[in-house]
Amino acid sequence: MAPLINPITLIFASIFTSNILLSNFLGMCSFISISKEWKSSLGLGLAVTFVLTITSAICWVVLYYIIIPLNIEYLSFIIFIIVIAAVVQILEMLIDRLSPALYLSLGIFLPLITVNCAILGAILFMQIRNYNFLQSIAFGFGSGTGWWLAIVLLAAIRERIEKNPVPAGLKGPGITMIVIGFMALAFMGFSGMIQVQ
Amino acid sequence: MNSFLIGPAVSAAITMVLALLITIIDKLVNNYGVVTIDINNGKKKLEVKGGSPLLLTLAGQGIFVPSACGGRGSCGACKVKVISDVGPHLPTELPYLSPDEVKQNVRLSCQIKVKKNIDIELPEVLFNVKKYKARVVSMRNVTYDIKEVLFELGNDVIQFAAGQYVQLVVPPYDKVKESVQRAYSMSSIPSDTRHVELLIRLVPGGIATTWVHTKLAVGMTVELIGPFGEFHVHDTPKTMICVAGGSGMAPFKSMLYDIAERNLYPDKEIWYFFGARTKKDMFYLDEMDALQKKLSRFHFVPALSEPQPDDKWQGETGIITDVLDRYIKEHIGKDNGLEGYLCGSPGMINACIKVMTAHGIRENEIYFDKFA
Repeated sequence: MAPLINPITLIFASIFTSNILLSNFLGMCSFISISKEWKSSLGLGLAVTFVLTITSAICWVVLYYIIIPLNIEYLSFIIFIIVIAAVVQILEMLIDRLSPALYLSLGIFLPLITVNCAILGAILFMQIRNYNFLQSIAFGFGSGTGWWLAIVLLAAIRERIEKNPVPAGLKGPGITMIVIGFMALAFMGFSGMIQVQ
Repeated sequence: MNSFLIGPAVSAAITMVLALLITIIDKLVNNYGVVTIDINNGKKKLEVKGGSPLLLTLAGQGIFVPSACGGRGSCGACKVKVISDVGPHLPTELPYLSPDEVKQNVRLSCQIKVKKNIDIELPEVLFNVKKYKARVVSMRNVTYDIKEVLFELGNDVIQFAAGQYVQLVVPPYDKVKESVQRAYSMSSIPSDTRHVELLIRLVPGGIATTWVHTKLAVGMTVELIGPFGEFHVHDTPKTMICVAGGSGMAPFKSMLYDIAERNLYPDKEIWYFFGARTKKDMFYLDEMDALQKKLSRFHFVPALSEPQPDDKWQGETGIITDVLDRYIKEHIGKDNGLEGYLCGSPGMINACIKVMTAHGIRENEIYFDKFA
């Protein structure tokens, strides 16, 4: 059984000390491709946080009330993916209807999230670390916020790099990977503070 | 045995429940009730069910915005100017819009959904556009690769200006899985409002033309949508110089018969250059001859670029642009000024524009449809 971590602590831990992007390197493809502009990365980060929080809650219920009682853990990957896809679909429709402004700012990013591995990654962590319901929500929200923080920081840095002379061979993804490396190092500085396992 | 079945059954059940949930929420959420579409500042008001793309909503009301792809956002034809705010342009629209169009809030009507009352602007002529159930009453090979197809519109009538085109809806066939629409100029005379005649040349590998040449038969019913297009005779005293090749004959046949029947624009001289490779690509010579006899101000100049010895061709020879160049230099009077009308391949159109502008015809007085 996992040590009982306070959900509040878990939020901070998953944002800073074990940031899903910078310590686990999940969700890298959209992290690199959507971080060219500060504004769109803000939208994408917001959408990831939103979806991650809700799907981790739903997947926890599915895991503990359907998958484990029926002893079909070997299918949990597929079921989680189906649940994520359906939740994203439903969310997209609801946001479109209830808040057109939010829909337009998240717009095209919402469907992209279905295939964002950070979501599935966080849910699988939730499974192997045996989080309880509150912890799952906290972890989902924290991971999403951590992802959001990381992509906004990266976008801000990249907008600055844009204006600076970068050696031709390093332009684009090259310099971005180096920057991500430094960011990961910086975030590692937090790791002694809280241990999440 | 049991555990082997439970897994797939449960995941299937979860998928079904989620799919059901999506469908129910879709029905509940995407119900926008009745909304009003205001066209051209109050000229026309439509009460429609909200939630569908503008293109489909308008089509459901009998207003057909031209669309070659049928609403998949891949042709960029269905542009509509939207006056009310429907949010910023979508990434799916931007590739088809010029910066000026974006500024004027021109949108692709297949990409924006009607969710609330909306004000739009449409060209008046679109109100005239209808979808016709047309029955093929005759098909004739005018050359080895061009068919003259005559459609009867049943009880419907079509009102169009000579030179306009219709969209032929080609149903899925063989390996073509989706219905496609292609534009063809009408070659029939506008006074015959119960029929539409099209000239359709077989394009090797063409989806629509292959269907017409191999599947379409007398007695079949197809859908035609129209009329569309800005190609028409301009009411000026200027001498009209028409150039066409192949099935580009269609709009000119319609225009010339219309002019002859009603003796329109009595001061207008008309020159018509028609280019073909060999005699077997040439058609309607007798019809055009008869027109010349009836209409003394009409001059028909057919030309073959590669006459064969068997053709016994006595008319002009050479590439149509060279013939055109020579005639403008030597035969055509320029006192009234000149204006150009073109229908044919993009290559032919561009070459003719070059020749015409070299003779001082202004580019905005050279008219053609760009869909070829």
